[in-house]
Amino acid sequence: MSIEAQSRKSSGRSLGWKLTIMAVGMFAFGFLVLPPLYDVFCEVTGLGGKTNSSAAEVEIAVDESRQVRLEFVTTVNQYAPWEFRAETDGMTINPGALYDATFVAKNLTAKDKIAQAVPSVAPQQAAKYFRKLECFCFTTQEFAPGEEKQMPVRFIVGSDLPDYIDTITLSYTFFDTERLSDNSSAMSHSSPHETHSTQ
Amino acid sequence: MSSAVTDAHEHDHDHHGPAKGLKRWLYATNHKDIGTMYLVFSGIMFFIGGFMALIIRSELFTPGLQFVAPNFFNQMTTMHALIMVFGAVMPAFVGLANWMIPMMIGAPDMALPRMNNWSFWILPVAFSMLLATLVMPGGAPAGGWTMYPPLVLQTGDAFPFLIFSVHLMGLSSIMGAINVIVTIINMRTPDMTLLKMPMFVWTWLITAYLLIAVMPVLAGAVTMLLTDQFFGTSFFLAAGGGDPVMFQHIFWFFGHPEVYIMILPAFGVVSEIIPTFARKPLFGHDSMVYAASSIAFLSFIVWAHHMFTTGMPLTGQLFFMFATMLIAVPTGVKVFNWTATMWKGAMTFETPMLFSLAFLFLFTIGGFSGLMLAVVSSDIQYHDSYFVVAHFHYVLVPGSIFGIMAAVYYWLPKWTGHMYNEKLGQVHFWLSTIFVNVTFFPMHFLGLAGMPRRIPDYSTQFADFNSIASIGAIGFGLSQLLFVYVVIQCVRKQGAKASSEVWEHPKGLEWTVPSPAPYHTFNDPPKVAAEVAFS
Repeated sequence: MSIEAQSRKSSGRSLGWKLTIMAVGMFAFGFLVLPPLYDVFCEVTGLGGKTNSSAAEVEIAVDESRQVRLEFVTTVNQYAPWEFRAETDGMTINPGALYDATFVAKNLTAKDKIAQAVPSVAPQQAAKYFRKLECFCFTTQEFAPGEEKQMPVRFIVGSDLPDYIDTITLSYTFFDTERLSDNSSAMSHSSPHETHSTQ
Repeated sequence: MSSAVTDAHEHDHDHHGPAKGLKRWLYATNHKDIGTMYLVFSGIMFFIGGFMALIIRSELFTPGLQFVAPNFFNQMTTMHALIMVFGAVMPAFVGLANWMIPMMIGAPDMALPRMNNWSFWILPVAFSMLLATLVMPGGAPAGGWTMYPPLVLQTGDAFPFLIFSVHLMGLSSIMGAINVIVTIINMRTPDMTLLKMPMFVWTWLITAYLLIAVMPVLAGAVTMLLTDQFFGTSFFLAAGGGDPVMFQHIFWFFGHPEVYIMILPAFGVVSEIIPTFARKPLFGHDSMVYAASSIAFLSFIVWAHHMFTTGMPLTGQLFFMFATMLIAVPTGVKVFNWTATMWKGAMTFETPMLFSLAFLFLFTIGGFSGLMLAVVSSDIQYHDSYFVVAHFHYVLVPGSIFGIMAAVYYWLPKWTGHMYNEKLGQVHFWLSTIFVNVTFFPMHFLGLAGMPRRIPDYSTQFADFNSIASIGAIGFGLSQLLFVYVVIQCVRKQGAKASSEVWEHPKGLEWTVPSPAPYHTFNDPPKVAAEVAFS
């Protein structure tokens, strides 16, 4: 092997290693960097319809001149054995004023169950103006067999809400935390509510 | 072993021919052998994926459920896409790269031959795993090739097999890409500066960088699916604070460059063939390089045009819309340059040229429907309809696949030393081109009329166009048997002997070696004579 070919070979090796590092780096970027970056981006911009996950402190400054329609949507995740509804379909509110709403859920099984409610606001632009002082979604909710619970949410829609928004939809989805903690085993012992969807 | 003996051995090694029997292929490090294996593998996958497409089209021949259950239908659409994208198109281009890049740049072999062997032999393992899911409890993956959660998490026992096979395909592509880059950067004959490289080599260099940048991101995304399913994480589970839409962002950050990974090498192939049969040098060689690089760069900032309906602020929609439309500019440069190459050329229409011309015309149609999809306001209407199916099949079948077929016809005489049957080749071309349009053109109308994709049944007003499309698909599928026949005939040396130039004064170093290309070529770096040089 000539000297030229040998030096060519060693510089080929080092370029090969650099490219390998680049590939590993891109994996780390996709796996480790992008998910937190996505969360930060959504939090800063208010995109994704996510609302505050712990109690917010807000000043009450009621805007009497303006009314906004607030609609409630409740969803039960496919695998969650609950009956879940809002006490009213919706309400008309003034931005900046304090309101309470009540949601009702009932455990349909004969077992202790723990639920997690996940809120989402549409349109997404309204999400960061929808501030919760108290919410059943801040913590998990424990249910005895067959128990029915009234759960409050206390909120203010900021008076700085953009003027083109006249209707806000607040949606809650109820999830069974058992499935979350062990997704795969929850799938294998299927109760009537946990039907295998591949059928 | 003393150094003298080693030297003697190495000398011997440089000149021996291929090993005998199975070992030649299992332990292959020769770029020509590995290229052949890639191409054969891709051909097999093309027929398996095509068979699945025919199951889909048979079911859709008339409204109502005929042959398969809806869940199996969904498995077919998912597997067809995975096999065609990762099993047929990508390995075919890697195969062409293996065969041609060393011969086009005057290198004796690929830079990392043992890794080359690995990157091929991982593929049969990956696809055996993927195909085995068809007989697993719960069936094969059926949530679509994009693997969106939470739907994909409902896959049965096949789920981890799906994830690991995607990991392996990614690993294979990354190793192939590293090999291509190191070969092109380090092994060029000293005469050949970067801008003097043939366009096929250039487009592959850019493609390889795209692969290294995005295949690991796909690996990351599917790993998150795996941990969400089995290890209690909540990357994409809303209940645990995750967001399923994030998967779509990460997936399409991979997915959009991926579509250019599948088309840039075809651009390169066409840029080799059109000058040969127009008997003129490629118009604007350097601008072609810059256009391909711009396309590659832009492909990273347009991903969200796949997800306009997930809800995003107006500024986001506008940004992704205009960035997407911007890609039409460098693509337009390329189409213009190919057309200008033919201008006043002394053209002849052998099979590779016919496929290249069909590529040019039909890929541009696919490009135009892509522009229509880029417009946010209309995309909301077209989203997830058969219009999208028509669009991406126009860029993939008469785009990528025709590019591959053109390349095979163009270089087959160099590989086998014999000409293929020109008449049968042209028959194959005309059948393919007619049937590809019969199959996919009606899908535009179906989509605009509102037929959704990925459904086994549809309302009766869609019946006529669907039967036309199904007839076209069966015709296209059968025509490909002719392709296999022509290739086998040529491999069995049943055509006229090919000269080393094969065509009339084509440019490029690959035409300076005899046909068939000897097992070892360019052991000494060649001089690039003016008549074969690119500028």
